[in-house]
Amino acid sequence: MSAPVPQAIEDGRARRLLASWRVRRGLAATAAVVAIAYLGPLLAPHGVSDIVGVPFDVASRQAWFGTDYLGQDVFSRILLGGRSVVWMSVLASLLATVCGAALGIFAAYVGGIVDLAVGWLNDVLLAFPLIVLVILFLSMLGHDPSLIVIVVAIGWLPTATRLSRSVALASIHQEYVAWAELVGMPRYKIVFLEILPNITTPLIVQFGALLTWSIGVIAGLSFLGFGIQPPNADWGLMVNENRSGLMIAPWGTVAPIVMIAMFALAVNSLTDAVSDVLGIGETL
Amino acid sequence: MKQPGAMQPIAATPLAGGSSAKQLKWLLKRVLSGVLVLFVVSLLIFVATQALPSDPAQTILGRQATPQLVAALREQLGLNRPLSVQYLSWLGGLLHGDLGVSLAAKKPVATLIGSRLLNSLALLLFSAIILIPLSIIIGVAMAVWRNTIFDRSLVLGLLSLMALPDFVIGTILLLLFATLVFQVFPAVSLIPPGQTGFSHLYKLVLPVMTGVLITAPYLIRQTRASMIEALDSEYVAQARLRGVDEWRVVWRQALPNALVPMVQGSALMLSYLLGGVVVIEYIYNYPGLGGLLNDAVRFRDLPVLQAVTLIFASGVVVFNMIADLLTILLTPRLRTAEWGQ
Repeated sequence: MSAPVPQAIEDGRARRLLASWRVRRGLAATAAVVAIAYLGPLLAPHGVSDIVGVPFDVASRQAWFGTDYLGQDVFSRILLGGRSVVWMSVLASLLATVCGAALGIFAAYVGGIVDLAVGWLNDVLLAFPLIVLVILFLSMLGHDPSLIVIVVAIGWLPTATRLSRSVALASIHQEYVAWAELVGMPRYKIVFLEILPNITTPLIVQFGALLTWSIGVIAGLSFLGFGIQPPNADWGLMVNENRSGLMIAPWGTVAPIVMIAMFALAVNSLTDAVSDVLGIGETL
Repeated sequence: MKQPGAMQPIAATPLAGGSSAKQLKWLLKRVLSGVLVLFVVSLLIFVATQALPSDPAQTILGRQATPQLVAALREQLGLNRPLSVQYLSWLGGLLHGDLGVSLAAKKPVATLIGSRLLNSLALLLFSAIILIPLSIIIGVAMAVWRNTIFDRSLVLGLLSLMALPDFVIGTILLLLFATLVFQVFPAVSLIPPGQTGFSHLYKLVLPVMTGVLITAPYLIRQTRASMIEALDSEYVAQARLRGVDEWRVVWRQALPNALVPMVQGSALMLSYLLGGVVVIEYIYNYPGLGGLLNDAVRFRDLPVLQAVTLIFASGVVVFNMIADLLTILLTPRLRTAEWGQ
């Protein structure tokens, strides 16, 4: 009735996940996009701001997917422009999941005024559409990528807190927590050894969901012009830069749209598969 | 952002008794808590724009500005006053309907907002008019024919649609219907000054379609789930045993019960759409509040930024309040039963 039990579940969990072809497929698709984002820069034929032709030129041997609004190579910029959205969205969702879990468990465990205060903070944050909240905080602070990560993570806090709070509340009333308290186990130990192992599965699924949405928000911020700034290459930014030449050189817009869509769909299908295999169902 | 946890309906404060005095008391309490949230929201907006370590005057003017210019703007914006005085004077102005003067347009913020608010409302309204009935019809059909090929392929499609970022969906529609494939709708939805989106419906087609596509999957999924629950319930089984015909069972017996959670779901999606508006208006160059917000950030127009974000937050708070009220009115149990809490 203590630590060894969750440990045993954990072992079976990884095996069960890898046995599912849907999980393997999701994993492969996600890995493919991440590989393009991280290995792409090594393969890019041109530099990030090399001018290889006239603006909005059609495909040629010089530029396989044509050129963009400045005459830069679209293919190279696709290979160079994935890294930012990958690391930023992963870090933002990770930060939100960890801080949300800590805050949610803390609120559930302490209860009373603390719980109320956390609930209130969430109500206030939820009063803003996420993109508006993020834009509001970035407006006066600038476009620094790490700042964007932090602000997006803060925007997800209500979501992340709510889930871990409710799961923690449910597990707090389990016998083993009462037993641990009775034995005189310190509270931080109860949280780490008894509560945390029981909520890791929903937290993993939640991380996947947050990652899917973070991709949209972070690429969307760059699309709006509030994220990665030129001359850097970034998929979201590319859509915005090149959409005025859509009719003459469609690749500059279509290619980054396809990459962002593939990334979001891959992460989403992996998350769905994981949640089905682990039996989370429709918790989100 | 697709607010996740969000699909669970927010528990409305139960009503005791059902007498009109108690209903009035509940209503007052609910309105009061909404006002309180808005008050804290205004504080947050103020902190984000005026009380962060960065100097707003310096940010607005850029790095090249001379110290004299910065000092003059600080004076003009009243940034040399203590923070509490700054906040109270802004709040006082708001309460008198004074939103300040735009730094970029040199006009009162209220006049800038007027027509743009109407444009955004047109976008929201038409999206809602399509979104809600469409979600009900598709959700009910999926529940009735659950686990058929029709249902399964739609579930798959909706799940993918949910995963796609809003601006990706909007841009794909632009590619399909305004530029690359078909050129049936305008790619740019500019509205001439002095007019509103209500008189340019054709230009609203793609923005509204985007708005519906980014929200409908959630509402459809919710309708499907609550319809399945209703169709599997005891009273539906009894109605069928009594020989009530299936059409009647679905629309008259099951649907009304499945509708209650949809009220909260619709409010949530409309709140979500408020955020979607920022992206949609940017894609189609549609002159609404979202576009104004984009411009305000670009030109560092502090008073406009504060006013517009406050309007967005008020929208969310009002949608939630209306949904809570409707939930109470639609649920006989909540309206009349004695609740022990």
